[in-house]
Amino acid sequence: MISISGLLGQAFAILLALVLAPLLSGWVGQCRAWFQSRTAPPLLLPYYMLQKLFRKDVVLAHGASSLFRVAPFVIFGCMVLACAIIPSLSTDLPLAPAADALALVGVFGLARVFISLAAMDVGTSFGSLGGRREMLIGFLAEPALLMVIFTLAMTAQSTSVATIVETLAHRELVIYPSLAFAGIAFTFVSFAENARVPVDNPATHLELTMIHEAMILEYSGRHLALIEWAASLKLYAYSCLGLALFFPWGIAPGDNFLALVAAIPLLLLKLAIGGFLLAGIETVNAKMRIFRAPEFLGTAFMLAVLGLLVRLLLESKV
Amino acid sequence: MTSLLPIDILLIAACAWLAVGLLGLVAPRNTRFISKTLFPLGAAIGMVAGFVALDSLGGPAQTAVLVIGLPDLPFHLRLDNLSAVFVLLLGFVSVGISIFAAGYFRKGEGTAPGLLCLEYHVFLASMLMVLLADDAYAFMVAWETMALSSFFLVTTDHRHEEIRRAGFLYLLIAHVGAIAILLSFGVMTGGAGDYSFAGMRAQELSPFWASVAFLLALAGFGAKAGLVPLHVWLPEAHPAAPSPVSAMMSGVMLKTAIYGLLRVSFDLLHTTIWWWGVVALTVGLITALFGVLYSTVQNDMKRLLAYSSIENIGLIAVGIGLTLIFHAYRMEGLAALAMTAVLYHCLAHSAFKSLLFLCTGSVLHATKERSLGKLGGLIHRMPWVAWLALAGVIASAGLPPLSGFVSEWLLLQSFLFSPGLPHPWLNMVVPVAAALVVLVAALAGFAMVKFYAIIFLGQMREPGLKDAHDAGTWEKVGLAWLALITLLLGILPSTVISRIDAATRQLLGAGLGDKLHEQGWWMLAPISPERASYEPMIFLVTIAATLLLGRWLVRHLYHGRVRRTAAWDCGYYFQGPRAQDTAEGFSQPIRRIFEPMFRMERHFPTARDAQPYYSVKVEDHFWHWLYLPVANAVGRVSTLIVALQGGRIAVYLMYSFITLLVLLLVARP
Repeated sequence: MISISGLLGQAFAILLALVLAPLLSGWVGQCRAWFQSRTAPPLLLPYYMLQKLFRKDVVLAHGASSLFRVAPFVIFGCMVLACAIIPSLSTDLPLAPAADALALVGVFGLARVFISLAAMDVGTSFGSLGGRREMLIGFLAEPALLMVIFTLAMTAQSTSVATIVETLAHRELVIYPSLAFAGIAFTFVSFAENARVPVDNPATHLELTMIHEAMILEYSGRHLALIEWAASLKLYAYSCLGLALFFPWGIAPGDNFLALVAAIPLLLLKLAIGGFLLAGIETVNAKMRIFRAPEFLGTAFMLAVLGLLVRLLLESKV
Repeated sequence: MTSLLPIDILLIAACAWLAVGLLGLVAPRNTRFISKTLFPLGAAIGMVAGFVALDSLGGPAQTAVLVIGLPDLPFHLRLDNLSAVFVLLLGFVSVGISIFAAGYFRKGEGTAPGLLCLEYHVFLASMLMVLLADDAYAFMVAWETMALSSFFLVTTDHRHEEIRRAGFLYLLIAHVGAIAILLSFGVMTGGAGDYSFAGMRAQELSPFWASVAFLLALAGFGAKAGLVPLHVWLPEAHPAAPSPVSAMMSGVMLKTAIYGLLRVSFDLLHTTIWWWGVVALTVGLITALFGVLYSTVQNDMKRLLAYSSIENIGLIAVGIGLTLIFHAYRMEGLAALAMTAVLYHCLAHSAFKSLLFLCTGSVLHATKERSLGKLGGLIHRMPWVAWLALAGVIASAGLPPLSGFVSEWLLLQSFLFSPGLPHPWLNMVVPVAAALVVLVAALAGFAMVKFYAIIFLGQMREPGLKDAHDAGTWEKVGLAWLALITLLLGILPSTVISRIDAATRQLLGAGLGDKLHEQGWWMLAPISPERASYEPMIFLVTIAATLLLGRWLVRHLYHGRVRRTAAWDCGYYFQGPRAQDTAEGFSQPIRRIFEPMFRMERHFPTARDAQPYYSVKVEDHFWHWLYLPVANAVGRVSTLIVALQGGRIAVYLMYSFITLLVLLLVARP
């Protein structure tokens, strides 16, 4: 049954996501700067950016329709929902039954369709280019992500994210080959989905290489703030999902208050390490051509299928 | 006084549709009477049929015998739960299409409105009779009436050469399919000569003959549904037909073929052999992948939707294949899950695809243009159509919280269980097939974004589009009705499944209903909430609440100021409509990644062209691999036969004489 503590925990998880997500983006940016021997921007830069953008007027293009104005809110709503159902601190989430892992992929898909539609709304060359590329990455990444989820769901006999995490967290510490394959595939997919090097470059100013940035060129003011916030929420959601699936230790199983309190510093630590590694990988890689992306994501897909087969062949007794 | 049984009401509905059609002939040129009186009347009949079917779900099967037909061979009719699900679909979807049609058909070229009204309502009545038929004879008569009436509807604009050709192709493939179905029925009678479905159920066929019957039924119904390689008529017939007819054919008629396949494989045939499921699964996967890839590269909006229908039929066939596999191994619970996915996808697809086809009809009326390359920016001129089409697009892309996602979710859930199969390699291969299903769903998203963005978003690609007007009231109501069905199917899956569960139970002996009743109406958890659950209502409410709260907070804490100016586009000066993606441009990544899948004729501009242009023409491989060789062979054989025709009666008499002699020699007792 839904308990008060569960509801409070749920509200806390959402608030924590809203607060931490920009910080995570800031942290990754800072680490990147260190790796590249640049002077790091302030850690809180994303917050200043959001504040500045919210204050500014919205400058709409003449051709922008109502869909263009609604889309940032829809995308933001999708990302909040995604953060709400991914167990970051505790698996006792009243909203978790609303969407299992398959529906989670659907949430990301919904956000992607809306941002692509919004990108094509004004009818500029870069907008439609970005929208097309985003959908391209989407249809390449989605099957790989689903295969990862299938592998884990077969291990846990459930597609509920919370149940998967609970099952994985309570097994003895053995490296399962299927999990290793799935983990690598998931990492590949997360890079592509979050518009990171080597698929996209979040810091690019070269129009022809952009995907995510090309789509949001026409946005400004509060709309842009929401989209940027949603993008950092997406990074946070993917990070939390990866941590929960592959490093589930420390996530509180139920409404155990002490475990919940202990989970917070552990989550921060895990996110910090994850962000550091992300920045490192981004630094040592170069952005690839857009038509190398199918190879990259095809590799991810093959790894995920391999994980699934390994799971079925070797670990079916486990 | 005896009360009317549901089957009687449905029979009356069929007669009423025929009567409405005949009334159209009374005043064949009175467009106003026909469109504003007769079509709404047809919609009301559809509503009645839908509610009757809904009400009869879960009840016992009812039979009736009509004394028309051949002597000693009356029409047997039967309304059971499987028929009821499809009558429900026919009734409710036809309401939206008929209301739309009331605003759509106008005076103009082609068939007179009265005749059109007759054809349309005969089409409706024959589909209803197909669903009710309980013997092969009645079934085939209704099936052929359906094929013929829809042929005449497709060729409404018969003055155009290509429309007549499309109609001919449709008729040809429909008849190839009808022959296969007839043969399948013949095999199922087992030589006993009893053509009623009850007689077929009583036959015990050997595995060989059962397989022959199944494969014939798969081919015959597959030709109507659009399974590869018999899909070629869809992308020709749909653009040719008026939009309400395309909507009816794609939304409802394709489902009658699915109904037939389900009827044969789960009701009339007792035995189920596991490899039937593998065949259906493979054909379905190929069809789905083929359909979605071709739909992404189309430049004609109705062709795009036609290929998308092929894709959806493929997904349904995948579900049927999975059901057959589970059913063959007596895993009825899982078979019920897959069967629910099939039935749900039939319902979902018929609503959202009709919606999208009708939207193209409104666009066509407003702009006289079907080519995506000449549309754009219509959301500014046609906000109603654009926003209602968005519902269809999201459902068609298989995204939550609308209807397409529910069936896809159910299908993927049933795939997840396939490792439990007691077959060594099936449980390996089948989960990987799930990956292809996901690829298809993701590509469908691509196709739908293309469809929507090129038609409704961006800048107008032609100056004439400025005069486009939004749909009329009738059209809006029809569209809104179908969008409402799409939404309800999306957010109330548990309620719907507990209704259609009776059909699953009838076919498989197991259903999902008991599990669903344990949880609330808002939750869809077909096995158990720990195992998998989806609550679209909560899903929708969470996103909507975040949206509204976010909007309120932003306005409250900051401001809601908006300024309008020219688009930024990185400061580029030239921002004409030609700078945006064309339909061809949008699908370029697909053409490049999946190049071997297409047969392309391309022309690239060179640096020295005075008037450089780029063109690409994508063609179906199957034309060149299958249809043209067959057509050429038929042509060659007929030129040989022409030699026999001398035109002199004496020669013909001689042929008869020789034939007679040969027969006497060979067929001596």
